[in-house]
Amino acid sequence: MDTSIWRPIFYLIGFMAFAGLNAAYLGWCERKGAGHIQRRTGPKEVGPFGLLQPLADGIKLMTKQLLVPRGVDGALFRVAPVLAMIPALTSMVVIPFSDKVQGRAVDLSVLLIFALASIAMIAILLGGWASGNKYAVISAARSVSQNLAYEIPMLVTVITIVMITGSMNLEQIAQAQQGGFWHWNIFRLDKSLLMPVSFIIFYICSIAETNRAPFDMAEAESELIAGFMTEYGSMGFGLFMMGEYLNIVVGACLTTILFLGGWDCPFGLFPGIWWFLIKIYLLIFSIILVRWTYPRTQIYKLLNLSWKILIPFSLVNLLTAALFLKIF
Amino acid sequence: MNEYWNDIFGGAKSLITGLSITASEFFKPVVTEQYPHVVPEIPDRFRGHIELVKNEKTGAPKCIVCGMCQRACPSDCISLKGKKPEGAKKKVLTSYILDFTKCSLCGSCIESCKVNAIRFSKDYNLASTRKEDYIFDLIKRLEEQG
Amino acid sequence: MSVPITCRPDETFVLNLGPQHPATHGVLRVKLTMDGEYIVKAEPVLGYIHRMHEKMAEAGTYAQFMNNTARMDYLHALAYNHGYCLTVERAAGIEVPERVEYIRVITVELNRISSHLLWWAAFVLDLGGFTPLLYAFDDREKILDLLESVTGSRLTYCYFRFGGVYNDIDDNFIEGTRAFLTRLRSRLPRIYHDLVTGNIILRKRIEKIGVVSKEQCRRYGATGPVLRGSGVCYDVRRNEPYSVYPNFDFDVPVYEEGDSMARYMVRMDEIEQSMRIIEQALDQLPEGPIQAKVPKILKPPEGDYYGAVEAARGTFGCRLVSDGTKTPYRLKLRSPTYCNLSMFGEIAEGMLLADALAFMGSLDLVIPEIDR
Repeated sequence: MDTSIWRPIFYLIGFMAFAGLNAAYLGWCERKGAGHIQRRTGPKEVGPFGLLQPLADGIKLMTKQLLVPRGVDGALFRVAPVLAMIPALTSMVVIPFSDKVQGRAVDLSVLLIFALASIAMIAILLGGWASGNKYAVISAARSVSQNLAYEIPMLVTVITIVMITGSMNLEQIAQAQQGGFWHWNIFRLDKSLLMPVSFIIFYICSIAETNRAPFDMAEAESELIAGFMTEYGSMGFGLFMMGEYLNIVVGACLTTILFLGGWDCPFGLFPGIWWFLIKIYLLIFSIILVRWTYPRTQIYKLLNLSWKILIPFSLVNLLTAALFLKIF
Repeated sequence: MNEYWNDIFGGAKSLITGLSITASEFFKPVVTEQYPHVVPEIPDRFRGHIELVKNEKTGAPKCIVCGMCQRACPSDCISLKGKKPEGAKKKVLTSYILDFTKCSLCGSCIESCKVNAIRFSKDYNLASTRKEDYIFDLIKRLEEQG
Repeated sequence: MSVPITCRPDETFVLNLGPQHPATHGVLRVKLTMDGEYIVKAEPVLGYIHRMHEKMAEAGTYAQFMNNTARMDYLHALAYNHGYCLTVERAAGIEVPERVEYIRVITVELNRISSHLLWWAAFVLDLGGFTPLLYAFDDREKILDLLESVTGSRLTYCYFRFGGVYNDIDDNFIEGTRAFLTRLRSRLPRIYHDLVTGNIILRKRIEKIGVVSKEQCRRYGATGPVLRGSGVCYDVRRNEPYSVYPNFDFDVPVYEEGDSMARYMVRMDEIEQSMRIIEQALDQLPEGPIQAKVPKILKPPEGDYYGAVEAARGTFGCRLVSDGTKTPYRLKLRSPTYCNLSMFGEIAEGMLLADALAFMGSLDLVIPEIDR
């Protein structure tokens, strides 16, 4: 392990740059993508193809007044947006972008990432409750019950993968899938017959955990205006949005590492960080497509989906994997 | 139990159909008309605010100052004045003011005019920050049109 | 889903679905007393956009009121033009030429399609699907362009006159309409039904929500798709025929369930039927004058007259009391959405907030029409 002082500084700057670029330009991707899905152009006036639009938005948000309404819980109101960004940024330390590019290979990295994900849930609850707005409180309550319900199938699926690989270290999980797409976990039907199903379950849960449509009860625009973000102005709102995009990135990274072979090329030719990036951006594009296609679910149907459909399937998958592990 | 499985499989199929439709629409060309760069073609019957029609031979407006348009207007937008010059048989139009802040483009004034002295214009770029800009002096407009 | 409410009065809070809200289409205020997410009491408060149209009718002549009819329900303005013209023509005994009747039917049905497309787009938008809005507006732009080439306006049409219409239609319009009908027919199954109607998320969201029974409809006087979605087959074009509707062969869609899905399907089927009517009207279009001989200042004989048409939202009724002079004595306009909305208070009790909004969307409200 390289212990010079330059390594952490280099990685720190790298992660901040990656996080900053993603948070800003994923917004651009979403608006352009949404535009073309709807047969219209997205932003196009500010810079070529609208590429300077996130810069303009950032400047606008930073120069607005950070309004703190009277009657809010002062400290919690200001802390909540910051708390929404922290889990995503810190999770990036343990994600292996390739076998040579990795912040720190920790033995229990899976556990670390999911522990940090719960902090994001607390941030939404704090933001909604501290706002002192009835709409915000309703949305925060909805979001807590949704996040809780969707963490369970997610964790059960991850346990299946950990059981198959035998380690909680993300780097080793990715290493075990090298060598071509037939080694990827999603196609390993010899480990468990229902692996593609567990990929779909994990994908749906990652959309639900980050409060994206069709599961965006917490920020249901047409019903509750902006949900828990209603009272937040300028950079508070900006931080929530950036936190949401970074959570999506971390979710896509996790899906890639657990199921799609991490930095592996489909035919085993030139593995490297570029394949990792291609895979996560394809997943993010599909998440954007899903957002702009479906209407919102209703809160009880949402919880039904998790408790009655996703959890039974993921438990069945766990049992099948255990069976296959014992027999074969 | 049957309904449970029907929901899952039928539902999944409908979701994938939906995704394929939006994905195929993603690759089709945009239908936006790029407005400030490309100006649309105005149809003939477009209803902009009214304007006076010039008599081709004399260059003066065709209006005979009968006041029918002023009486027909439901919102009292039009006020016109005319005077009879010395030795002439008909009145001549001296002032025709249209208060466009109240006009609802119903066309009653144009219908009621017997000599076709007014018609709809094709003016649509009328944004302004002052109310006074919407009190149109139609005789001045006719002179500016040449 | 509804549950019986058994909470103490001090456990509830009052939420204002205020005059400014993305989901109430227009300025409607609903005072909701809520227990958590369930609605205990719902009370619509109207009057935020009352503009005194009926009083304006008493201040001008009959012809000067023509413009106001389009501003009430601006989405199906031509039907309101038609209703008012019908009543005054009955009062004054004006005989309308045949070509005029056919042109009126074609334009009113085109406007009905555009109103239903906008309802569909706004309904799915309320439920959280942002994309179908843009697809529906693409089709609606074609209708608006067609009607602009004929009447000159895009939304608030002042096109009908007593005994005629303002402009004639030409071959460009006829060809354009036929091309539009072909285009919409090819897009309906895929983009409208496959993407949205069959989508399981949408179906779970609106099936069995807001069930309205026949007795409730009768008590509140609901008409239009709300009534036909509850199993009562009543359409003014069939039951009290006017204009040349008896010449056309079209069905009246009726669904029995009474929930939001039934109302949704009624309106989608109505788009299909309107397209049939337009095709038949274009085939049967006769030649002739477009304006009957009508005196400049209309003075209908004294009496009490009534005319009703089928607007996109229900039965639009117009009652005219004339005293023989050139201004009406009293003009009463019966707004269909007013009666439809009055059911909201009773049916929203015990519903979740999200379901109540889905129910309100399926009622197809246009608030300026309620407040006139």
